[in-house]
Amino acid sequence: MLYELTAKEIKALIEKKEVSAKEVVESYFQRIEEVENKVEAYLTLCREEAFKKAEEIDEKVKRGENLGELAGVPVAIKDNMCTEGIRTTCASRILEDFIPPYDATVVERLKRADAIIIGKTNMDEFAMGSSTENSAFKKTRNPWDLETVPGGSSGGSAASVSAGEACMALGSDTGGSIRQPASLCGIVGLKPTYGLVSRYGLVAFASSLDQIGPMTKDVSDCALMLNVIAGKDERDMTSVLFDKPDYTSFLGMSIKGVRIGIPKEFYKEGIEEGVKQRIMEALKTLEDLGAKIEEISLSYADYALATYYIIAPAEASSNLARYDGIRYGYLTENYTDLRELYMKTRSEGFGREVKRRIMLGTYVLSSGYYDAYYKKALKVRTLIKKDFDKAFGKVDLIVTPTSPTVAFKIGEKAEDPLKMYLADIFTVPVNIAGVPAISIPCGFSDGLPVGLQIIGKPLDEPNILKVSYAYEQASGYYRLKPNI
Amino acid sequence: MEYEVVIGLEVHAELLTKSKIFCGCTTEFGGEPNTHCCPVCLGLPGTLPVLNKKAVEYAIKAGLALNCEISQFSKMDRKNYFYPDLPKAYQISQYDLPLCKNGYLEIETKEGRKKIGIIRVHLEEDAGKLIHMEGEDGSLVDYNRAGVPLIEIVSAPDINSPEEARLYLTTLKSILEYTEVSDCKMQEGSLRCDANISVREKGSDKFGTKVEIKNMNSFKAVQRALEYEAKRQIKILMEGGKIEQETRRWDESKGITVSMRSKEEAHDYRYFPEPDVVPIVVNDEWLHDIKLGLPEMPDQKKRRFIEQYDLPEYDAGVLTSSKALANFFEECVRQYNNPKTVSNWVMGEVLRILKEKDMEVEEIPFTPSHLAELLTLIDNGTISITMGKQVFSEMFESGDNPKKIVEEKGLAQISDQSELEKIINKVLEENQQSVIDYKNGKDRAFGFLVGQTMKATKGKANPQMVNRILKEKLSK
Repeated sequence: MLYELTAKEIKALIEKKEVSAKEVVESYFQRIEEVENKVEAYLTLCREEAFKKAEEIDEKVKRGENLGELAGVPVAIKDNMCTEGIRTTCASRILEDFIPPYDATVVERLKRADAIIIGKTNMDEFAMGSSTENSAFKKTRNPWDLETVPGGSSGGSAASVSAGEACMALGSDTGGSIRQPASLCGIVGLKPTYGLVSRYGLVAFASSLDQIGPMTKDVSDCALMLNVIAGKDERDMTSVLFDKPDYTSFLGMSIKGVRIGIPKEFYKEGIEEGVKQRIMEALKTLEDLGAKIEEISLSYADYALATYYIIAPAEASSNLARYDGIRYGYLTENYTDLRELYMKTRSEGFGREVKRRIMLGTYVLSSGYYDAYYKKALKVRTLIKKDFDKAFGKVDLIVTPTSPTVAFKIGEKAEDPLKMYLADIFTVPVNIAGVPAISIPCGFSDGLPVGLQIIGKPLDEPNILKVSYAYEQASGYYRLKPNI
Repeated sequence: MEYEVVIGLEVHAELLTKSKIFCGCTTEFGGEPNTHCCPVCLGLPGTLPVLNKKAVEYAIKAGLALNCEISQFSKMDRKNYFYPDLPKAYQISQYDLPLCKNGYLEIETKEGRKKIGIIRVHLEEDAGKLIHMEGEDGSLVDYNRAGVPLIEIVSAPDINSPEEARLYLTTLKSILEYTEVSDCKMQEGSLRCDANISVREKGSDKFGTKVEIKNMNSFKAVQRALEYEAKRQIKILMEGGKIEQETRRWDESKGITVSMRSKEEAHDYRYFPEPDVVPIVVNDEWLHDIKLGLPEMPDQKKRRFIEQYDLPEYDAGVLTSSKALANFFEECVRQYNNPKTVSNWVMGEVLRILKEKDMEVEEIPFTPSHLAELLTLIDNGTISITMGKQVFSEMFESGDNPKKIVEEKGLAQISDQSELEKIINKVLEENQQSVIDYKNGKDRAFGFLVGQTMKATKGKANPQMVNRILKEKLSK
């Protein structure tokens, strides 16, 4: 079936005129019809736009024109990235009817590469959560077990790729929101170096941590998508100027002599036995492939989660202040003055987790508390960065589990925010330090996927992809698909 | 007991950049509401600010003109508060690392020159404008102004009278205009001023409780508001009362300040570093280039006027008080090389009529070369000085060039020897008695004869020639 192919395969078939873009899109929408009522990955489907774009590509093929790097590849976009003329909700009531007048830079770049946007995916409201249960509209299910969560906040994107409802997807990652759902759904998810991919058009959660990245069926598609979306953007001052390599060119290279660090702090308690075993097996495979494994220390990593839950809510409290009902979005029906307009609009428009974080963030920035919380958190952030710098003086890459557990049951942690926050314990330090990290499938525990996290130096996506590809080819777990 | 007033001023000036501080929208004043906007300045979800380098440059220029240190490293911060005119619900401003700091400017008081410290000059974005519709429920918002670059200039509490406050503002305005970073039009809101004022016993080194005054829409209003507020505070203290720390609003029509909010109701702006804008790094090379591009400052210009044009200090001071006036003067001198005469005319006639008509230098309807032309007409005897002044008034009315006015109104002088002799002969014939009086030593008779000649020519006779011819004929 066409929907089972990778982006690389689809593009090749279209170029050789063996299939048309239209056939590819048809196959995907048929698949969506079959499984979407079980998975519920999407908030908006773009059937009309997708077929129109497919037609354009088929015309191009007919005229013998050059095709973009992702020609005819159906892509799903997390619903916190702006799409011109297509509703962008952040899975929040407050933006339920918001139609952006512009495309995010990543969306623009995908379109230019002839990718076909087929829909906008479900997520935790404003990307705050680790299970996609915080969506104001629906609960997405894990294609490997419909009783469990797909992870979050990019749960819709992860589930859509895992279930074959999209060939690849964009996610955003503030504390693990690409890698954790990728891990739970058994796909590849990369959080690039902070600044590698433009944030223009990504609805901000925590600006100094947010980063957009690929969620794909395999490592090779990940490199392909990164080729399209990475690179300096004049509209985002924090995007970095660098010599962009062809990320696919590192795939297949030998990993002999690559030094891999195992941070001892990450392998203490709290990791499920099955997860631990798969990680140990993966390390063995890497060793067999020629990598050198050694123990390292990230001594401040224990404080990463606490630091994160000060910095991220602080920025969020400010980023989300603009949703006041005045210019766009939800507006309460009855109010007598400005104060009441604000209070009712925001009380009714935001969900519980979002409100919790706005309050947290407002508190830590308040005069009298700023030094004790926010300022101290910034200091710890610097220490965590230094930790990574030091570690990368000794090793090329760092390997940890992506998530301490496999997918958990829907509702299991929904009422306990602290338990939920622990789902990101291994992913959060990476955002705090601004370094890149990938999650790739490394086997199963209790029939559910386990993810391996590989962390690299800033801008060292090439090394991450090289090692990931070598492991993927050696282990072959990526070929397994959920039976749905 | 004697009291001393302590004032510090916070001035906001819009920068004259073509585009806004974080997007490419125009900064032009006016325009239909919400037409100078884009997703970025409207703060739509997902948009990001990109700092306009020109705005940074202009702020640095202002800082240099105000004798500030320029920070090599500074950053933008977010100032958080809710208001419908603020699209992102935070203003991107600068908190603890302003672009410029520790400067001063000098004012001319009656007691001599006085230095007023400038604590900081920082860069920030303007907000939109709320429009309250008369008799309508609710308000409208215009975001054209949202994102226009501003500098905030904070003075030290070195100002000790409302009069000094006014002098500080006129000097600051002149400096900013000179630097060409702001047009400082208070009526268009491109210059705005808030004041902090307290009073204390004379000689005390402790500050009194300060009150912030807002809503002053002209320099005069600033002075009046501060005069009122100083009296109000002194009265409270003399009656044994206590000053409340608060923000008060100036009510222009009633001429009083009224309480807006107390200290307890003050906002907590929850400042924190703006993560979307990378820090501003000013290296030596850039700073050097900016310094080179800095235009002549008022003091430098004044000194040059004294030297180059040989003008008295007073003249030079008046002429350089505004850049536009100085330019008008220099342009005129370029075409009429008698600086003192031009200075007399500019300081006398030009400023008098501007004051009468309540106009700005920029609004003068004729060019400096027209004034030069007029002065030439007087010099070559085409018209008299008196007529010159008449023509000058006419120029202000119609904006026509002086030659045209002289021709159309037939104002040219009669300077023809034989024609004048003919007329004078006739005057002498008709006034035999005066001729006799003059010859008998009555000097007044001479003036009468001049007058009669002028009357006969409807004032167009060249007065010097009339004098000379009359004297010749009477001495025969």
